[in-house]
Amino acid sequence: MFSARFLRDAALVVVPVVAIMAVLPSFYSNHLLLFNFVVFLTLAQGVNILYGFTGYLPFGYVGFFGAGAYGFSVAVLHLKAPPLAALVAAGAAACALGLVLAPLLRLSGAYFSIANLAASLAVLQIISNPNLEDITRGPYGISLSGVFNPTLAYGMALAVLAATLLFVAYLRSSNFGLALQAIRENLFSASMAGIDVVRARMIAWLACALVAGFTGGVFAWYVSVFFPETVFGAEFSIFAIVFALFGGTSTLLGPIVGVVILYGVYNVIGVSAPQYFQLIYGFLIMALVLFLPNGLTSLLQRRGIDVP
Amino acid sequence: MSPDKEPLLSIRNLVKRFGGFRALDGLTLSIAPGEVLGLVGPNGSGKTTCINVISGLYAADGGEVLFEGKSISGTKSHQLVHLGINRTFQVPKPFLALTVRENIEVAIAYGNHPEGLSEAGPLLDSLDLAKIAERRAAELNSAQQKMLDLARALATGPRLLLVDELAAGLNPRELEWVGGKLKELARTNMAIIVVEHLMGFIEQVTDRVIVLNAGKEIFEGRLAEAVRVPQVIEVFLGGAHAA
Repeated sequence: MFSARFLRDAALVVVPVVAIMAVLPSFYSNHLLLFNFVVFLTLAQGVNILYGFTGYLPFGYVGFFGAGAYGFSVAVLHLKAPPLAALVAAGAAACALGLVLAPLLRLSGAYFSIANLAASLAVLQIISNPNLEDITRGPYGISLSGVFNPTLAYGMALAVLAATLLFVAYLRSSNFGLALQAIRENLFSASMAGIDVVRARMIAWLACALVAGFTGGVFAWYVSVFFPETVFGAEFSIFAIVFALFGGTSTLLGPIVGVVILYGVYNVIGVSAPQYFQLIYGFLIMALVLFLPNGLTSLLQRRGIDVP
Repeated sequence: MSPDKEPLLSIRNLVKRFGGFRALDGLTLSIAPGEVLGLVGPNGSGKTTCINVISGLYAADGGEVLFEGKSISGTKSHQLVHLGINRTFQVPKPFLALTVRENIEVAIAYGNHPEGLSEAGPLLDSLDLAKIAERRAAELNSAQQKMLDLARALATGPRLLLVDELAAGLNPRELEWVGGKLKELARTNMAIIVVEHLMGFIEQVTDRVIVLNAGKEIFEGRLAEAVRVPQVIEVFLGGAHAA
């Protein structure tokens, strides 16, 4: 049922990563930091699904994250939904946004990325519109104190991470993943290989939206109090993209390595010596673009190693 | 086309415009199973446009394309592949980041091969790609990429194969080998349309040719006869030579 490659990826990467993130709260007291690691591990894989396999770079990826956070919040506030049911609403909201934005997939390259960025800014403006205060609380932010449960929210974030990692492992080992990579390489040849390009691309697009939507939902649940700018902040997109690219896309391990190194550096330097943080971060990213444009894992791939 | 065979593909009064330029201007042709038809003509005469319309890359502005007697106008490329039509590209477009084997496997997985081809091995052997099966397509030379493009097309089990300048850039030994391969495919009842500038290659592989000029047919028959037709000489060599 499962290919050897899928089982290998699951055993070498998915199980250890999820297990480590599951036991770390017992040994490390800064649970918010660990939660943020889980959030970025998941979002970087979401970017990986779209960019690594189909070549579309979503500068406005945070739009799905914010849609998920607000989908969760609206379900809790207005439908009195329990958090687990509200998470379904979070995923549905992100997918609905994905469907609305699906025509963007007709664009390619920088045109798609910029249009996607503009779309996420437009969604932020709509959500934070004071005229929608009755539904979204407008610019005044959301308070979900009634469902505040960081332990369960962390557990659900881990479940979303595990499911996302398994999905990426599936893409790496399945014909569908191969088809997405074919689309990334050449649309015309992919069509002439018998691939329904529009359908396959849409599935990847909605899958990446769903990942961000669920993550936004658990984020809203975990923090419980936030403003539109919090969950539509450009840094979510930027970090997720940079982390994924830094480690290397199309692999399971690459985005994880990117998050561990760069988000680790961000938290070490960003806190202890914030004046040097952007300088060091800038140098790291420039060095990567110049010397390792395919990410850190490409160092291993060049030596013929099949990176998980 | 052989009069005793039903056409596999028929094109009637096909028109394709790019702005004010008529790339195809009422083209009509047909091809039967097992036949190799050459499309020749000067640059811009509409050869590749014709292939692009048949394979669904371009929508026609007029006329009709029939496959096994049914209209396929407006059918998407991947659906045409499933019906049994495939093509190679003038500039080969393999999936560069994938290995040679993966290039073929993805076409096997999605191509709906009528005989249920399940693995890449036989095609790799048949097109002399087995030794480089695990190399990425980006590492291949031009001739190897052309063979991989052909392998991707054959992996879907086409009954109509459109070959766009496959021979360009190949050395004489490779040309002869590819020509033999196309004739071998035709013997399996595959209909093949070959667009080519190399007349020796056209002579080697085709049963008949259609000479195009400005999107219109100006000659149909054997290549040996075409070279004696003043209008054909004129479009290839200019008016002074035709006289």
